[in-house]
Amino acid sequence: MTRFVMVIDLRRCIGCQACTAGCRHANATPPGVQWRRVLDLEAGTYPETRRTFVPVGCMHCGEPPCMEVCPTTATRKRDDGLVTIDYDICIGCGYCAVACPYQARYITRRPRYAYGEAATESEAARADPAMLAVATKCTFCIGRLDAARETGLTPGVDPEGTPACVNSCVTGALQFGDRDDPESNVSRLIREHKTFRMHEELGTDPGIYYIWDSQ
Amino acid sequence: MSQAAPARQRRWDWRAAGNFVGGSGAGVLVCAALARALGAPAGRAPTVAVALGLIIIAAGLTSVWLEIGRPLRALNVFRQPRQSWMTRESWVATALFAAGAASLWSGSTTALMAAAALGLGFLYCQGRILAAAKGIPAWREPRIVPLILATGLAEGTGLFALVAVANGPVPAWLPLALIVLPLCRGIAFQRYHKALRRSGAPTATFAVLDRAARPFLLYAVALPAALAILSFLPDPAGAWLIALAGAAAFVGGAAFKYTLVVHAAFDQGFALPHLPTRGAGLAGAATKPGWRMP
Repeated sequence: MTRFVMVIDLRRCIGCQACTAGCRHANATPPGVQWRRVLDLEAGTYPETRRTFVPVGCMHCGEPPCMEVCPTTATRKRDDGLVTIDYDICIGCGYCAVACPYQARYITRRPRYAYGEAATESEAARADPAMLAVATKCTFCIGRLDAARETGLTPGVDPEGTPACVNSCVTGALQFGDRDDPESNVSRLIREHKTFRMHEELGTDPGIYYIWDSQ
Repeated sequence: MSQAAPARQRRWDWRAAGNFVGGSGAGVLVCAALARALGAPAGRAPTVAVALGLIIIAAGLTSVWLEIGRPLRALNVFRQPRQSWMTRESWVATALFAAGAASLWSGSTTALMAAAALGLGFLYCQGRILAAAKGIPAWREPRIVPLILATGLAEGTGLFALVAVANGPVPAWLPLALIVLPLCRGIAFQRYHKALRRSGAPTATFAVLDRAARPFLLYAVALPAALAILSFLPDPAGAWLIALAGAAAFVGGAAFKYTLVVHAAFDQGFALPHLPTRGAGLAGAATKPGWRMP
């Protein structure tokens, strides 16, 4: 079996938002929609304060609450662990968005552009009306993963078969791969580091691991 | 810190709340069935109540239909009965309308009983819809299901009281129902609130619920019950008091549902069970901003 997951080293993330920009560039998401965003977290009180950057997005859960509630079957889970949305079936009811504990889903009612009312040439060329008024979220760059399977590339190793956010990470904090392959980069990272998953106690079996220390 | 703290959900607004208020119609159907089953003289009230109940449920469903992004695909909502409580609600509502219409058309008591039973199922589905929303701590507390059931029945009884006062003799059991059901929803609310305090929720959710608790218990629980007790006075004051009790039971419940769906619904936010080590430093303690833990 394959279970694609992401491993994010919180010790390395510098909050540069290159992943956010890379994702937006790759997926042509409208302004305000960030499938991969980076939280800037301050904790503690002066002088004992800490600042942590936390990339978040769809966790491609093993037990996705969004899929459980979806009344239309638009949200599904593939055998490789990816949680997908069929834009042609989704009715945009927003139930998945309130069921997701990671605030990973967006519904954009009407076209929005970076510079006012008119689309730039690039925005016009890449606009997809099917994505309006339905739920959208991070796909783990599903097209690249599917292409990788056909061309024999290894997701997480070969950039052409790897999600854009991982490719654009300047510090190597974001890694991607198959958790069920014990030799994969992500399996090794999980084995060799102390990790946690966000809101694991909710039983969602999230597919993003956060490294916070060495073993 | 604010980026990680729970934020109020903006996906479901008053239109979604309207669907849950529409659950009152199910309570009306249950009362109509009760009136018919007990055989007490109730004039045209049960028939008018069935029509009203169906209209209210339809209005609620129309309200939420206005909220969905792709209204022309609305029939896709029927596709996932194996998992989704929203789909189940849709199927139950379809059967409920069929039974309700049959009852109105033929006057069949069996059809009315079926409509009332389906009404209870409809309310149960609404409770489970909220409970399945894992992203909203105020909704996913399991005790929300009895709360939605109890308040839906209380609201429906309130509406039935208005219908009964306007359309025929008030059934003898109605004042008692207007005492018992608001009290039941008061108890259901207290149990829900207490369970939420035990499991933890966003501070902002507690701020909303704590603020709403007193007026809810006063105007949606104590007031209708007190008016119903006073309604044992002889007519015409008794009928007016029953009508007022009914109005309070309905309005109080509807206002509470609106608060629950629109104002108290803060999302999960983000939490870190460990802060990462930096350089030669040590890992930091856990952080869960914006939460009140038990």
